[in-house]
Amino acid sequence: MRWMWIDRVVELVPAQRLVAIKHVSMAEEHLHDHFAASGSHAAQPIMPMSLIVEGMAQTAGIMVGHAEQFRHKVILAKVSKAEVREDATPGCTLRYTATMERMDATGASTRGVVELCSPELGREGAGGSFREVGTIDLMFSHLDNNMQGLAFPEHNFVFGEGFKTLLRMSGVIQ
Amino acid sequence: MTRDEIFEKVRTILVDALAVDEDDVAMESILTKDLGAESIDFLDIVFKLEQAFSIKIGQGELFPEGAGSDPRFVKDGKVTPDGIAKLKERLPHVNFTRFEADPQSSKVAELFTVETLVRFVEGKLKK
Repeated sequence: MRWMWIDRVVELVPAQRLVAIKHVSMAEEHLHDHFAASGSHAAQPIMPMSLIVEGMAQTAGIMVGHAEQFRHKVILAKVSKAEVREDATPGCTLRYTATMERMDATGASTRGVVELCSPELGREGAGGSFREVGTIDLMFSHLDNNMQGLAFPEHNFVFGEGFKTLLRMSGVIQ
Repeated sequence: MTRDEIFEKVRTILVDALAVDEDDVAMESILTKDLGAESIDFLDIVFKLEQAFSIKIGQGELFPEGAGSDPRFVKDGKVTPDGIAKLKERLPHVNFTRFEADPQSSKVAELFTVETLVRFVEGKLKK
């Protein structure tokens, strides 16, 4: 499984704001286990909350990395707050909007809004519009400046090939 | 702003940053030992103090990096008198009384209490 939990960057204001989307698909294997049918309970495929947090971390992490031309190894250091009130099921699209709260040489703090576009007819948010369903605030550390005597590889292992492909597809990098 | 007003704001920040109860935060609470702060929380606290009090805090100004591991100032696991003098110079907002009685380098992080933050902000606001 590729560890990419956003499909496309759709908006970028450097060092201020980044918006990304994630389509939830029945083709994702983990949804068949989360949650599988059990006894009298039918299967209930729901995007795991932990992966929604990871999606926001990738969204905000790209914003933080991009602000310094991806020179730093940007590592998620703290989930300050994570609240999502609705389940994202197959057919839904999640939209993550990350905004920069503060950034310096050692790290950054970001705020994030999670929105959902669900396909059910007759509901707010159906037919392509998004409704806000939660917030995820995060903190990132610039690993190179917070090594505390530990040795890490020289190359930037955070923004690897998967991220580069995503950023190229989104027109963020050439 | 009075010391009590600063304390109230600092307490709100710590409740938010460290997910502790308001009642747990007293002037003498040690950030690491009593309130469970870890290294990244120090950065979070710095960011939140800057925002709440509209002040600018330089890197290492409030919480110095590597203070307990500098080989020039640590001998046999203890911070030397020279080291303590240097720390005092760098950290005028810190109360060293308890630390000086047993200056183990592993206890440098315990120098930082809620009072440290309040005194630091007080000093910043006076400037």
